[in-house]
Amino acid sequence: MTNSAGKVSSVALSVGIATGVYGISFGALSVTAGFDIWQTLALSVLMFSGGSQFAFVAVGFADLATAVTSAWLVGVRNGFYALSLAPMLETKGLRKIVAAQLTIDETAAVSTSRQTLDEQRKGFWLTGISVFVFWNLATVLGAFLGEQIGDPETFGLDAAAAVALFALVWPRIQSSAGAVIASTAIIASVLFSMVLPSGPPVLLGALCAVLVGFALNRGKRE
Amino acid sequence: MNSWFAIITASAAVFSWKYLGHLVPRRLLESKFLQKLAGYLTIALLAGLVGVQTFIGTNSATNRQEIVFDARFAALIVAFVLLKFKAPFIVIVLAGAATAALLRFNF
Repeated sequence: MTNSAGKVSSVALSVGIATGVYGISFGALSVTAGFDIWQTLALSVLMFSGGSQFAFVAVGFADLATAVTSAWLVGVRNGFYALSLAPMLETKGLRKIVAAQLTIDETAAVSTSRQTLDEQRKGFWLTGISVFVFWNLATVLGAFLGEQIGDPETFGLDAAAAVALFALVWPRIQSSAGAVIASTAIIASVLFSMVLPSGPPVLLGALCAVLVGFALNRGKRE
Repeated sequence: MNSWFAIITASAAVFSWKYLGHLVPRRLLESKFLQKLAGYLTIALLAGLVGVQTFIGTNSATNRQEIVFDARFAALIVAFVLLKFKAPFIVIVLAGAATAALLRFNF
């Protein structure tokens, strides 16, 4: 990464600003999905994981149980970031809880791109604080904008939701395995939607896609 | 389910992964299988949501879900092209929204 040469504080700041911009779209999508401003802000403060938050409001009121399950499953990768960050941070007690909450894509990316332990720790904490501040400010701003707009179909906000998720998954589907898994998930979820109400189709479709992914893996090894 | 209850539960559920990862001795969860599963699940869930949000519509006459190709599909194609050209995230989202809005406005 080229910016590993830059000062860790300026990297943290720019990452925060970048995710803030994207927090505006989350805020707007959440209120147009039917959540109020406080609920939208609560999601950004308490859940604090973009992918899970988008997944949660995308399913939303159509099926809240599936919204919870989807957010939970999308959040599993944070646990794996935590595994690699824990030995680096060596936190205890309350600090560990704060560190856990700040364990997301951005903090993992910045801190693991650093060479020395000191820089890795600084990278984690500065990026975590920066993203947390900008993400939540942007969420509120987006929520106000979304409230002005009202109907999500005006200004194409429903399409923006699909496009935002697509852009999030894009870097992960550049491998052939990723592309096959994504295509399977899209097709299966759409087909399940023909026969089942909103919610379960996405989970069932994902299950099919994961199985296809593992089958592909096995085929390659043999 | 109450929406506040859903928000709190989902937030706690997401936090549980984060905290678990910080607690568990590294070797216990350092399995190739689990790492693969986590990666695959993320791709599959996000892609599945993209599929449903783009291609599923409710037929107003029968009130049933059906496959539709509308302004949202056009927005996704625009996003695909922009992603190929490595456009920034916010540009992609705005362009997608604008595409859908303009198509609906004109037809």
